[in-house]
Amino acid sequence: MTANYETHEHDVLIIGAGGAGLRAALEALAQGARVGLVCKSLLGKAHTVMAEGGIAAAMGNVDKSDDWRTHFGDTMRGGKFLNNWRMAQLHAQEAPDRVRELEQWGALFDRTPTGDILQRAFGGHTFKRLCHVGDRTGLELIRTLQDRGVELGIDVFMECTVTRLLKDGDRVAGAFGYWREQGRFAAFKAKSLVIATGGIGKAWRVTSNSWEYTADGMALAYEAGAELMDMEFVQFHPTGMVWPPGVQGILVTEAVRGEGGILRNKLGERFMEKYDPKRMELSTRDVVARSIYTEVKEGRGSEHGGAFLDISHKPAEYVKKKLPSMYHQFKELADVDITKGPMEVGPTCHYMMGGIRVDAETAASTVPGLYAAGEAAAGLHGANRLGGNSLSDLLVFGRRAGKAAAEFAAQSSAPNIDPSQLADAEREMLAPFERADGEFPYPIHHDLQETMGALVGIFRNEEDLKKALVQLDGLKPRLAKVRIDGSRMFNPGWHLTRDLKNLLLISEAVTRCALARRESRGAHSRIDFPNYDTEWEKKNNIISNEGGSMKLQQRPVPEMPAELRQLLEEKK
Amino acid sequence: MPDALLRVFRGDKDGGQSVDYKVPLAPGMVVLDALHSIQAHQSPDLAVRWNCKAAKCGSCSAEVNGRPRLTCKTRMDSLPLDQPIVVSPLKAFPVIKDLVTDVSWNYKVNRKIPAFKPKPGVEWKMDQRDVDRVQEFRKCIECFLCQNVCHVLRDHGKHESFGGPRFFVRTAGLEMHPLDSVSRIPLLKNEMGLGYCNITKCCTEVCPEEIHITDNAIIPLKERVVDEYYDPVTMLFRKIRGS
Repeated sequence: MTANYETHEHDVLIIGAGGAGLRAALEALAQGARVGLVCKSLLGKAHTVMAEGGIAAAMGNVDKSDDWRTHFGDTMRGGKFLNNWRMAQLHAQEAPDRVRELEQWGALFDRTPTGDILQRAFGGHTFKRLCHVGDRTGLELIRTLQDRGVELGIDVFMECTVTRLLKDGDRVAGAFGYWREQGRFAAFKAKSLVIATGGIGKAWRVTSNSWEYTADGMALAYEAGAELMDMEFVQFHPTGMVWPPGVQGILVTEAVRGEGGILRNKLGERFMEKYDPKRMELSTRDVVARSIYTEVKEGRGSEHGGAFLDISHKPAEYVKKKLPSMYHQFKELADVDITKGPMEVGPTCHYMMGGIRVDAETAASTVPGLYAAGEAAAGLHGANRLGGNSLSDLLVFGRRAGKAAAEFAAQSSAPNIDPSQLADAEREMLAPFERADGEFPYPIHHDLQETMGALVGIFRNEEDLKKALVQLDGLKPRLAKVRIDGSRMFNPGWHLTRDLKNLLLISEAVTRCALARRESRGAHSRIDFPNYDTEWEKKNNIISNEGGSMKLQQRPVPEMPAELRQLLEEKK
Repeated sequence: MPDALLRVFRGDKDGGQSVDYKVPLAPGMVVLDALHSIQAHQSPDLAVRWNCKAAKCGSCSAEVNGRPRLTCKTRMDSLPLDQPIVVSPLKAFPVIKDLVTDVSWNYKVNRKIPAFKPKPGVEWKMDQRDVDRVQEFRKCIECFLCQNVCHVLRDHGKHESFGGPRFFVRTAGLEMHPLDSVSRIPLLKNEMGLGYCNITKCCTEVCPEEIHITDNAIIPLKERVVDEYYDPVTMLFRKIRGS
């Protein structure tokens, strides 16, 4: 390749080590591929650990009438029919096997009295469907996959950030990145790549996401020529912490409502009666988030601008057993004993439904050799994701992506690495050190979050979105002049500078798609277009990179076969 | 609200010094918030690991006023604010930069532990009571505070011959899994140096997940080692068999 860089060579390189990345790695390994796994944090710290409530799979352990058809229907209805039907079908059909597989690898779920995996109720799911471990299901999932990966011997490159995908003609050839610890550069040569880097939560100040969620994979794929889809659909989880200020946005699991938690405003009214009298607190996340937002906006919020979520009517021991980390989180961070009184909660940016456009069966993007799974990919969740459908998504499509990437690699020759692409990537990373003046990256990140929070939030309108595009444009020249203090050794300011580029790019994609979709659907609420539009129900927004400028177009949503359509009619 | 004074270690493997930073206090602020404020306004290259900020990932471990803590969970108002708050990296691991240490040794130890292997032809039914016991161990978020405080590692540096509390907890989780079929007892005795632990319970005290590391993981494992290697009847039997 080139003597200037530390280089590594694999058949399949996986970027991101949350649930999707790990599951893809295990599958690619099972197919006989040489697999490398690169991640920005230490192994086992990815945001999958923050998934609390459970993993949705129609196992029928508690409600015997559940089956994949009902799960499929719930997912489509939750996504307001914008979902890729085939992904929703595969997901519902395969999730139970993926859960059983976890158990066979050592995961220990909570049990029913007859010794099977216990399942709990969740928003938008017709039946008790979420397999869970108290309120720390994601930790159980990531630890199980991580241990399995360690056992099978995956090459893991921890604390390494990928800044560019390398290409050989049309196909991918590998990736370029830097080690966070030492700041040295590395080149990874691979026949195929899987992107599993999660979402873009860090574009908003109030978010449940950690520093890692800066839209890296979406930006890398876009720059490499892949299409992005449905970027306007950003999920605001209805219940994040609102007080004290430092914890604002930290997730309060939907399992609180799944276990019987009640939402009230400051007048003591159970306000979900107004917004969704049938499903109440267990309505879908888009509806509950808008309801809380509206209550606060209209002056019926709590002291710190949220709603009250109460589970204290349940026995204290039950609450501590089923929601242990919520109990500790509120006790230690907010001085609230949730077994005795209500929590203050409000919407927090949580999840990206949009992402890299992929083929349903193989998770292949539009670039040969490039695959994507989990939050980084689009399609499964449509306009709104149901709680519990993310962990199952990671497993079902992580596995499919790993399999297809390994098969692609097996049929391909080794790609060539173009040294000029590496040199370009290196130049980009070193440039900020060469500037003696300029501002630090933190104020730019702050301003980006202000823009997205104020103008591209839960409720949107044309004027705000246009203003947001202007403001985002104004941040670009500032970012281009950022100055770095210190050396390349573990330098968060330097890391943020590169991450911000991804955030800015993908925030623009989100805003453009939001501006284009002149209707309200799922997580996308336009004040100026408050209703469904049957024409928009048939269209996906597609973003692509046309010679360096962002192009937006609409494509028809793939048409569902008659038997599935009938199935949705029957269950209506 | 007044300002707080943080005294933060700045340096690398070749040494360093403490640097004082004045940080404005806010209600409910935690030490990690203060460190982020330093990054944003004073020193953008201050190296700190963190992820979830909700005590669920175990990334932000450091020593606060000499005590190993998750900085995301350590409230500023729980500390004496009339004196500087001293924040230093974990002592049991080599410093990379500032508050970031090289914890790769832990990942190496983990690789020695044989994975879960179900009994052949097993029926996947388990009683919640049996699962409860193991779920306690599986709460571990790998913050490595227990490793940091364990004197076998911290003071005696026995990293080569000792696994540390974290990996006793992991091994206990596998050994007590109702459907597991592998014995990790020889590994615990020979390679992981379980015998070095003299049950001072320092690990239990610092565990942010409140796992009863000593009572529920280490002591039962020690009993299993004793049963396997030092039970007089078994020893006699072995002698006769010549094994």
